[in-house]
Amino acid sequence: MTDWPVLSAVTFLPLVGALLLLLMREDSAAGRRNILNISLMTTIVVFGLSLYVWYQFDPSNPAFQMVEKHEWLGTGISYHLGIDGISVLFLPLTAFLMPFCVLASWVTIEKRLKEYMIAFLILETLMLGVFVSLDIVLFYVFFEAGLIPMFIIIGVWGGKDRVYASYKFFLYTLLGSVLMLLAIMAMYWQAGTTDITELLKYNFPRQMQTWLWLAFFASFAVKMPMWPVHTWLPDAHVQAPTAGSVILAGILLKLGGYGFLRFSLPMFPLASDYFAPLVYTLSIVAIIYTSLVAMMQSDIKKLIAYSSVAHMGYVTMGTFAANVQGVQGAIFQMLSHGIVSGALFLCVGVVYDRLHTREISAYGGLVNNMPKYAVAFMVFTMANVGLPGTSGFVGEVLTLVGAFRANTWVALFATSGVILSAAYALWLYRRVIFGALEKDSLKAMLDLSTREKVILYPLVILTIFFGVYPAPVFDATAASVDLLVNNYAAALQAAQDVALSVH
Amino acid sequence: MTAETLFASLQLSVPELILAIGALVLLMVGVYSSERATPVVTGLSVAVLVVAGLWLILNTGDGEAYGGAFLSDPFAKFMKVLALIGSVTVMVMTIGQARAAQIDRFEFPVLLLLATLGMLLMISANDLISLYLSLELQSLALYVVAAINRDSVRSTEAGLKYFVLGALSSGMLLYGMSLVYGFTGHTGFDEIAAALTVEGRSLGLVFGLVFILAGLAFKISAVPFHMWTPDVYEGAPTPVTAFFAAAPKVAAMAMLVRIVIEAFEPVVADWRQIVVFISIASMLLGSFAAIGQRNIKRLMAYSSIGHMGYALVGLAAGSMAGVRGVILYMLIYMVMTLGTFACILAMRRRDGEHVEGIDDLAGLSQTNPFMATVLTILMFSLAGIPPLAGFFAKYFVFVAAIEAQLYGLAIIGVLASVVGAYYYLRVIKVMWFDEAKGEFARTSGELRLVYGLSGLFVLGYVLIGGPLGNAAEAAARTFF
Repeated sequence: MTDWPVLSAVTFLPLVGALLLLLMREDSAAGRRNILNISLMTTIVVFGLSLYVWYQFDPSNPAFQMVEKHEWLGTGISYHLGIDGISVLFLPLTAFLMPFCVLASWVTIEKRLKEYMIAFLILETLMLGVFVSLDIVLFYVFFEAGLIPMFIIIGVWGGKDRVYASYKFFLYTLLGSVLMLLAIMAMYWQAGTTDITELLKYNFPRQMQTWLWLAFFASFAVKMPMWPVHTWLPDAHVQAPTAGSVILAGILLKLGGYGFLRFSLPMFPLASDYFAPLVYTLSIVAIIYTSLVAMMQSDIKKLIAYSSVAHMGYVTMGTFAANVQGVQGAIFQMLSHGIVSGALFLCVGVVYDRLHTREISAYGGLVNNMPKYAVAFMVFTMANVGLPGTSGFVGEVLTLVGAFRANTWVALFATSGVILSAAYALWLYRRVIFGALEKDSLKAMLDLSTREKVILYPLVILTIFFGVYPAPVFDATAASVDLLVNNYAAALQAAQDVALSVH
Repeated sequence: MTAETLFASLQLSVPELILAIGALVLLMVGVYSSERATPVVTGLSVAVLVVAGLWLILNTGDGEAYGGAFLSDPFAKFMKVLALIGSVTVMVMTIGQARAAQIDRFEFPVLLLLATLGMLLMISANDLISLYLSLELQSLALYVVAAINRDSVRSTEAGLKYFVLGALSSGMLLYGMSLVYGFTGHTGFDEIAAALTVEGRSLGLVFGLVFILAGLAFKISAVPFHMWTPDVYEGAPTPVTAFFAAAPKVAAMAMLVRIVIEAFEPVVADWRQIVVFISIASMLLGSFAAIGQRNIKRLMAYSSIGHMGYALVGLAAGSMAGVRGVILYMLIYMVMTLGTFACILAMRRRDGEHVEGIDDLAGLSQTNPFMATVLTILMFSLAGIPPLAGFFAKYFVFVAAIEAQLYGLAIIGVLASVVGAYYYLRVIKVMWFDEAKGEFARTSGELRLVYGLSGLFVLGYVLIGGPLGNAAEAAARTFF
């Protein structure tokens, strides 16, 4: 137990950086430099703090730790922070990806760098806030507020169709979330509190659980995104600047999965059980259908975006399998996908900066003049496929085991997605990297610069490290996941007992 | 009435007396001096409003006055302070703008003072007669103010439209009152409530209730009595529009809350249907009709229609939480609106021409980053996106609606807010995503102060929301 508010510090430190940036001027080269340095320093310090949180975290204790609670806004809403095994790892993940976003924007963002960095730092605060909130209204505030900076990031620094993409992103997610807001209010009147720790203990009536579950599902399914409400994602990904795509794929998509684990599963166990077949179906459709769609893409970013949808299908499937393997796998898959998809978008950014196109057909034969790039891209492609030895494998296999225990048919169909993902990922790799270096525009392209090496190499190392030695992750999550799964099973058992005693 | 009760009554209504006497004195000052006196009169009007407000906060007790026609309670005080803040802010904003908007006549501040007086009396009205008189005092001043730029066709048209429709609504209101009086035998709110508790409701009373609510819905520009709003907002000089959008709405909403919660409390099932209908219609129309607007003042007109719909969601709940929600909603709405209108007033080209098109804001984030940032914050807040004040306003009214199990209303409401977000986003899009077409002239200090403070409030609500919520709760407790 720490006696200083470390979670508040982690969460709001990026805002301090943003305030500092407000004082900067960007009209000179030195000013630009200062802005970048401040942003980078802030994100690195936040990352350091988040590692400290992980270090301080007691993995044997399944309850919430490092709790901070203050009265806020009256009417029961409190400023309540804390972490448990489910949320603790998302902090370092978020904080870890941010410095790379700053680095990836080092030279590519030419206009309005100051506003860009401010938007990113605000976004970081909001994303960290989501994971540490222990009050459901506070959670909602952080969850929704993230739309503002992301809307601006896509809209101002995005590609050609950025306006369309930013609107679609904003309105889609908002539409899902407002229904969740109503559900939150209904929970408040039913349980008399907005405190997540209290709500986790509260037994909602079965009828009510169904409606609440659906309302939360509307929000998280869009955020996740699950088929068929995934269509905002390819647009947003393609139009967003590289760092925006990294954050979208790496963290924003995880908010949905985190929401399922934090709210839907433990608070509405009966409804989760009831709707599990629906989730399985949607997950399988996502895995198979979007993999097929991904295969046919001509735009690299779009292809990776669709592959994200497919990978999130494993997360939802594992989550609602509601056994230890499934849930552990879902968490691991989210973390791994955060790193791998973020890295893939950074890889796309590397070639995009040189050629300013994302068309797959514009590339080919890069292995000849960019060997280092080819190796890094290879590792991430393999992780995306789920090759053993990379972090992608661990999450996929665990969610499949979890699904197999719950329903063998689901596992059968989902496994076919692994083959499909190999098909589209390897084919992409062949078309971009292999083949003869024929196009004149490509011949002049240089291999990774020092900055790009600094970005990609740590991610390569992590991808392989967690593929070979995933234990640190499981150590942190195990106790809380056990508690979650046991409570879930107990709630279902209790409901069944009641039903039996009635008959 | 003995001298003693008269004195007590006078004491409770000192702020109103200050305004009344101040308005008359300033009128004399204006009449007996030349045109140059306008800035002096404006300045003194601000002083009068501030003095009245300070007296109200520091030195006014609770109780009934003038034989029960006038009521001073925490709710009235809270709403009066809001109305006064709204009036003062607009008055300050007009100082630098009066000449450009051709409203630099000394009558303008005096009329605003009289309208404000009407609002304070409305908020305190505890009797149908005093309600009607105060409402008319406010409305007549506003009719003139809408047409104050008499050389402009649009302004006079706006004034005339407002007058004709306003007179119609006053007629309906009066007719409703006569029915209520006829079927209950009383004009005082407490007596009406008592009579309804004993006798139950009759069909004639429901008619009266409908007419009264129709008349009041006109004043808060709720659908289906909203038709005047876009035209008047667009036609009236911008400072006048800013005034219309803020303080009178607060006063009318306060009056509506008082009359339905106090006088018609026993027939809650009857008025709730009406309020729910008006609320849904306002939210939907406010969201959908604003989509096609090109003029930012018209956009704000539809936006205010929608916002009245959201505020009514809290009223429909009819509970303590609901009234609390309405109070907070009006507070936050007023701050956001004043800030937005300060930005609209600042939309002046280098050559002095005022522009009102949304497209004229193009590229503002590059030419005037501060104003663009504030306006962006205000737009996101109007759309109800957390962590800004507008979100909490919506949160508290919807939470009350859910408590009252008005699920349909709440679901339609939040869906309408998503549609509404679309057109607020368009303003933001124009400012941030589009290239600049031309620059605005330097903004005067008082406008920057107003929109700066407004933006600060909206951003900082997460920090100051606790005390404000408690104050609103204390005000709402008046009724329960």
